[in-house]
Amino acid sequence: MPEGISRQGVGDTGILSRNDFPSLFSALKGRGYRVVGPTVRDGAIVYGDLEGDADLPVGWTDRQEAGRYRLERRGDDALFGYNVGPHSWKKYLFPPHERLWTAHRKEESFEVTIEPNEAPPFAFLGVRACEVAAIEVQDRVFLGKYPDPGYRARRGRSLVIGVACGQAGATCFCTSMGTGPGLSEGYDLGITEILSPGPHRFLVRVGSPRGAELASDLPLTPAVTADHGRGKEIIERTAASMGRSMTTDGLRELMVDNLAHPRWEIVARRCLSCANCTLACPTCFCSTNEEMTALDATSAERWRRWDSCFNLGFTELHSAKVRSSGMSRYRQWLTHKLGTWHDQFGVSGCVGCGRCITWCPVGIDLTEEVAAIREPQGARPPPGGLA
Amino acid sequence: MSMASDPLGPTGGESSPPGAFAPVPCVVVRRSVESSDTVTLALRPADGGDFPPFSAGQFNMLYRFGVGEVAVSLSGDPAAAGERVHTVRAAGKVSSAIVGVSVGDVLGVRGPFGAGWPIDETEGRDVVVVVGGLGIAPVRPALYELLRQRDRFGRLEVIYGARTPADILYYAELQRWRSRHDLRFQTTVDAAGRDWYGDVGLVTDRIPDLRFDPTQTVAFLCGPEVMMRRSAQSLEARGLRSDAIFVSMERNMKCALGQCGHCQFGASFICRDGPVLCYADVKPRWNVREL
Repeated sequence: MPEGISRQGVGDTGILSRNDFPSLFSALKGRGYRVVGPTVRDGAIVYGDLEGDADLPVGWTDRQEAGRYRLERRGDDALFGYNVGPHSWKKYLFPPHERLWTAHRKEESFEVTIEPNEAPPFAFLGVRACEVAAIEVQDRVFLGKYPDPGYRARRGRSLVIGVACGQAGATCFCTSMGTGPGLSEGYDLGITEILSPGPHRFLVRVGSPRGAELASDLPLTPAVTADHGRGKEIIERTAASMGRSMTTDGLRELMVDNLAHPRWEIVARRCLSCANCTLACPTCFCSTNEEMTALDATSAERWRRWDSCFNLGFTELHSAKVRSSGMSRYRQWLTHKLGTWHDQFGVSGCVGCGRCITWCPVGIDLTEEVAAIREPQGARPPPGGLA
Repeated sequence: MSMASDPLGPTGGESSPPGAFAPVPCVVVRRSVESSDTVTLALRPADGGDFPPFSAGQFNMLYRFGVGEVAVSLSGDPAAAGERVHTVRAAGKVSSAIVGVSVGDVLGVRGPFGAGWPIDETEGRDVVVVVGGLGIAPVRPALYELLRQRDRFGRLEVIYGARTPADILYYAELQRWRSRHDLRFQTTVDAAGRDWYGDVGLVTDRIPDLRFDPTQTVAFLCGPEVMMRRSAQSLEARGLRSDAIFVSMERNMKCALGQCGHCQFGASFICRDGPVLCYADVKPRWNVREL
């Protein structure tokens, strides 16, 4: 039992010093977790396996704008001094390509084996508040009437270590969507990184019994009033510096009542139907089935692959396409995300992470599209550029 | 205490019913040719077990080993224990492979899925059924149910439209139904040779002559979307309320579980909230192109 705080309960807090941060990795590995989190690869901060804190994007930050993402050095050694990148945690809970079952031919019949889920549990390190919300949105999709066996197994075993954002990106609008920047619930352990004043340290809050067990492995010292005050300040400062905003009043109705709005045609002139937004989105859940058959036809596999409502074949029906125009596909995506998602799952499909804005190759900004639809028709000229 | 990172609880949460995710092997015990491209198959579980019950209007996902899976409505009698009946038309690669089975072959079955016809809504009312083409298949279980409870409702009017006389499905059964005096079963075709002495024309052309009390009637429509839309409009013109009309919708389906997103029609997942939807809800969406 480490010195300092001997036992932690839900809601308890403590301070983890920067030098002791590696103890989090050893505690997670000691408990059998596969630690995954942010790391620098291919010029972006993506999610991957982490061996230790050196694998984190130490001293890096990201500069984001519509259709633009660049890494830059920070002037310090912050571990979490950036915002979300092109990846999201859905790639672990809802893998891009996943075998669902295998059928083996057996005499005249066949036998089906559902894919086992025996992989070690994930520890998600560095889950931002908007991403905690996104995971909970996908829970509603995959754990509804027909709980998905794979998702259910992976999600039930995963540990969520949240990190409050110490800065907002230019495409961030989590405050508009009510999901961040502070962590409110849905995490096992919540971390706020404090760079100054005082030594580089982490304010740690226990969010669940499993988080409490983990915290008991860490050399935490008691958090004092100044630590709590600084943690609060950091979140307030982040909340005040959101790069984007979106008015959400009556947003569902705005979407479902404006299906004939001329704006859809205007945005469709720019949209490439490339599906980047749906792949980067942490809540988009569309998939397709693929059949893989062994060359000797003794076995066949069912795979599930991420799909997108922007793909032309997505709505194929009797060799025609229900949504053949780019206009109808962009409209489907946005009206689903911000409108009908409420009818289906009781929440918005948007958590305000801004990925779809940053990773759109032509910089389409959904906050701008919503604002345009909200304005009385004819009040706003079409944007320039490609239009 | 937050449970959000442990959403499944200590017991691991609810499991999906068997046969929802992975196909259950079933033997083809009967195969009848309905037309040049359409067959009716009767299936029994290969392990001798029982099928879960289904309600009229629901569908199964049928799987041909190594080829793929398609959504096919259940077209047999819901009260017939032990076997499930599907009428399949060879349209694409997978449905053609399913149509090509022989008795004794094994298909996989997932299901049943979706919401069916509101049989209880017919209590004490007249019933109008308008079907086109293969649309008769998802409605046939409802007709079995209705005829079994014939004294519970008033008139029963059925109009069935096929492309040509050779495309008429369930031929022998339809002849029996047409000879009954407690329902009027009309058949019309789009085109016919000189040996056809029945009606030629659209199903919608028959609607003005149907006998029903518009204030006390339920209508079930199934067929191509344009046919259902025009039929619903004709029925409305006869005074039927839009919330007394039910339509069976079709969209691209992959998972049948409301999780793959393909079959969305506005807020509805056709696989989960449909395929049978109330026309009052569908009507505004049919006015939107490419929804």
